[in-house]
Amino acid sequence: MIDRRDFCKKALLIAGGMAIPLSALELFDPKRLLAEKNDPSPTRWAFLVDTHKCVGCGFCVKACKIENEIPYDANVTRTWVERYIVARDGKTYIDSPKGGRDGFTTPKIDQGVEHQTEVRNEDIEKAFFVPKLCNQCDNPPCVQVCPVGATYQTADGVVLVDRSWCIGCGYCIMGCPYGVRFFHPVYHVAEKCNFCYHRISKGMKTACVDACPFGARRIGNLKNPNDPVTKVIMTERVGVLKEEYGTKPQVFYVGLSREVK
Amino acid sequence: MVHGEAWTIKEFFCYPNEYIYWTIQIVMYPFMTGLVAGAFVLSSLYHVFGVKQLKEIARFSLVFSFALLPVAMMPLMLHLQQPQRGIEVMMTPHFTSAIAAFGIVFTTYALIVASEIWFVYRAYFVETATTLGEKRERGLWEGILYLIYRILIMGAWDISHEAREKDEKAVKILAGIGIPVACFLHGYAGFIFGSVKANALWMTPLMPVIFICSAVVSGIALCIVTYTVTMELRKMISARKRQQKPWLPSTDELKSAEVQVVTMTSKYLLMFLVLAITLEILDLVFRGYTALKSWDILRSVIYDKDFFKIFVLQYGCGNALPFVLLLLPRLSLKRVVFCSLLVLMGVFMMRWNVVIGGQAFSSSFAGFMEYRLPIWPETMELFKEGLFGAMFVAITPFVLFFGITRILPVFNLKDSH
Ligand code: SF4
Ligand code: SF4
Repeated sequence: MIDRRDFCKKALLIAGGMAIPLSALELFDPKRLLAEKNDPSPTRWAFLVDTHKCVGCGFCVKACKIENEIPYDANVTRTWVERYIVARDGKTYIDSPKGGRDGFTTPKIDQGVEHQTEVRNEDIEKAFFVPKLCNQCDNPPCVQVCPVGATYQTADGVVLVDRSWCIGCGYCIMGCPYGVRFFHPVYHVAEKCNFCYHRISKGMKTACVDACPFGARRIGNLKNPNDPVTKVIMTERVGVLKEEYGTKPQVFYVGLSREVK
Repeated sequence: MVHGEAWTIKEFFCYPNEYIYWTIQIVMYPFMTGLVAGAFVLSSLYHVFGVKQLKEIARFSLVFSFALLPVAMMPLMLHLQQPQRGIEVMMTPHFTSAIAAFGIVFTTYALIVASEIWFVYRAYFVETATTLGEKRERGLWEGILYLIYRILIMGAWDISHEAREKDEKAVKILAGIGIPVACFLHGYAGFIFGSVKANALWMTPLMPVIFICSAVVSGIALCIVTYTVTMELRKMISARKRQQKPWLPSTDELKSAEVQVVTMTSKYLLMFLVLAITLEILDLVFRGYTALKSWDILRSVIYDKDFFKIFVLQYGCGNALPFVLLLLPRLSLKRVVFCSLLVLMGVFMMRWNVVIGGQAFSSSFAGFMEYRLPIWPETMELFKEGLFGAMFVAITPFVLFFGITRILPVFNLKDSH
């Protein structure tokens, strides 16, 4: 017959004995060892948009659609350009017809439901363009909410979608505060900008960066202090979108205005 | 066409990729799980807290909750773009996601309900199987039943007094565990919405609690309606049968028992209704009072675009009206059923206003989106996310219930549970 004191002793012994191999597992966590030896990734991709330079030509949207095989006429796009027109009466008009793919060639502003409006030139206080794309957030809510881990973040900071694993629940689309996600019209899985990961990981620039004739879009490596993009982000006044959501966006803007949504 | 384009109408500025991605099926999902949880809580009122008056409806709602269970999953499967991969949620769950727990919570809950039912019905299985076994000649259906019961008994043939007492104890314990799990199943559906920080309307810690309260309300209401309808049918049948077999319970006896059960249940309905309304109003007042950045657009959705759906249908017809009607003196059966139907409609509208209402504005806060429910199922997509898909989901539990009650009868049982 085992008495209580004995039982306690033995129980402690067993628990302790089991803790040793378990702690060994913790000690030899390969990921951490690697991290301590050398920084796992020498790269952190970031994007820089200079809104002063953007003229709303839409070349980036065209290039992106072709490069990333998003059906050309489908009303979804990985990147887009927004036009802001602020009138003298303080009203702001925003539009992005077809994601700005064909440029902004008319003063008519698209207001949805087949409805257009126009602000007379003399009533315009200011007007500008803002290109948008996935922010490759450092704290990406889309990755957090994916129930099967089909959306994930790479070591160099880009958020990717595994097309063979996504169940198409749309939770990530709901979770992204920037509205950059959509369902791919052909593959029927979540889709979004991935900084042309297939290109940047081979030393090329993204399709939109290459397509922009005015240098409004640039991509760089935040972990390289000599990268010209990093230098601008570190030394100049840049802003990000919707900081209040705590997503830590990694697309930086020069010349952001308070009207920008 | 892009997913969502067929039923979304945009006004002013919405981001180009924004559509109403979560549609009618996602309205059905919390509605159906709510019914499951509510029906279960109702049955537990009797099993755990010993509310004797609810004895009749307790077994009924337990079995009904079981019939509703598989249906809680249907809308999700109809909604997924890749339904064939739906099982991945259970196989490779990514636990930072609220949806990932679905498999675990759902299975746990299903097991609890199934085993509770087993304990409730075990004695009945044994008795029926014994009588059937003694029979010399069995018809085809009787033969099948005999086989089913024998399998269901799983070798536990002991129906002595002690064994039955043990059964009762097990039922009590399971029902006790079941309540928090049922609440969790549903509160967690609320969490799926409440935790989306990108959505100004959804994001509130009150969401799970609001969901639980309205779930219980809707579950009780549905049980009242279904119970009364089945009782009416039974009365009709028994009136006909009594002409040959006068010893069956008379219509009046059935009737008085029914009125008692239903009015009692409606008291609980009222209680949870008050709780649900209070929380919802609190949420609304709080949003208006704190008036965060998103309040401007929320206000125009709540007080302008969706005014009819929120204040007339949900709060007015779905909450206030049945509330008053249930409190008026001389409550009749018809009135309770009418109120329950209104309450069901109100809870459905609440789900609608949360799910669709939450997508009625762009996350740019500068535009609106309107949802046009697809009626005619021209394509598979329009069927799945349209009126017919929703009806399909709504009808299934009744069909299942009918099927299940062939094996697990819910009326005229003389055992003690
Ligand atoms: S911008 Fe949206 S899609 Fe891109 S990483 Fe952030 S949350 Fe995810
Ligand atoms: S749609 Fe796909 S990537 Fe997005 S959360 Fe669902 S499973 Fe994950």
